Amino acid sequence: MSTTIEAPRSPYARAPRKRGVNWEKWGWIYMRVSGVVLVVLIFGHLFVNLWLGEGVSALNFAFVAGKLTNPFWMVWDVLMLWLALIHGGNGMRTLVNDYATQPLTRGILKWAIFASVAVLIILGTLVVFTFDPCPAGAPADLLPSFCSAL
Amino acid sequence: MPQQTAGTPTYQQKTTSRRPAGTLYRGREGMWSWVLHRITGVAIFFFLLVHILDTALVRVSPEAYNAVIGQYQTPIMGLGETALVAAIVFHAFNGLRIILIDFWNAKYQKVMFYVVIGLWVVTMLAFVPRHLTNVFNH
Ligand code: HEM
Ligand code: HEM
Repeated sequence: MSTTIEAPRSPYARAPRKRGVNWEKWGWIYMRVSGVVLVVLIFGHLFVNLWLGEGVSALNFAFVAGKLTNPFWMVWDVLMLWLALIHGGNGMRTLVNDYATQPLTRGILKWAIFASVAVLIILGTLVVFTFDPCPAGAPADLLPSFCSAL
Repeated sequence: MPQQTAGTPTYQQKTTSRRPAGTLYRGREGMWSWVLHRITGVAIFFFLLVHILDTALVRVSPEAYNAVIGQYQTPIMGLGETALVAAIVFHAFNGLRIILIDFWNAKYQKVMFYVVIGLWVVTMLAFVPRHLTNVFNH
């Protein structure tokens, strides 16, 4: 005796598309490719910010200023920002597809995911590229030491 | 899959096991790893939304940024960071396991699950004492 199991999530709500770009396939590939890169980026991020030196207790504006004036860490952070948000947003879309059954709720939730990912990608990118390590009028003891040489 | 009953026997039909089979994600290691992967993925996503906002305070003023990063240095948040790292380390290692299942060999999925747990334990044993020392000695 064998147990027969229905194929998951069938029948399809919409007939699968036969032509054009297969976006679901590219999304699937993206999750895997970005995942591999994110392991390196996030583990590196946590290693520098939580492990080295005094870890989390050493973090402050001057620490961030040291990193965000270095092109290496600027590129690192922006890559991490884009890859992680799109990976997480696409993963959340999978959850909505699995659990939200009403077309309206699905629409609202997916739109909210898309909007938050888009807004945060723009915000985070601007933060990295418009960062000012020595803002005028700020107390010198909060700033990185190289500001006093200006 | 009813349409397959007439053709070549499927994995489900060949097995003599009474347990539902035929998909990696039903029951035991295959399912629990998936449940954990989902929960950790969602948790990290919501952390990241907040985290980008708190980092954006570097554009407001050094005082504003230091005030919020000071919250990360409190004991309660220190425990929260431990949970966050636990989640991300599991999600990362299990994500690599999923990739290996898809592109290499699904036969080893159970073994790889225990490898994931093993690597997770080792990473956490290295990280947690050091992190909690940093948090509670300040
Ligand atoms: C408790 C753990 C964490 C701490 C203490 C922390 C700390 C920081 C700090 C100090 C920065 C400022 C810039 C820099 O240091 O490079 C930053 C930026 C950033 N972090 Fe984290 N981080 C943590 C976990 C994470 C995780 C798990 C992720 C990914 C999912 C992440 C993603 C980012 C991104 C994308 C930025 C750049 C934000 C921007 O572009 O404005 N962080 N983090
Ligand atoms: C550390 C490196 C990471 C790796 C190796 C990784 C790997 C993966 C893989 C392989 C999947 C499965 C996709 C599929 O089944 O089609 C996945 C799903 C997911 N990931 Fe990640 N990921 C990583 C980081 C992240 C981060 C930073 C976030 C949040 C911002 C995240 C959130 C999610 C979510 C929400 C899902 C969907 C879960 C599901 O469909 O059950 N992941 N991840």
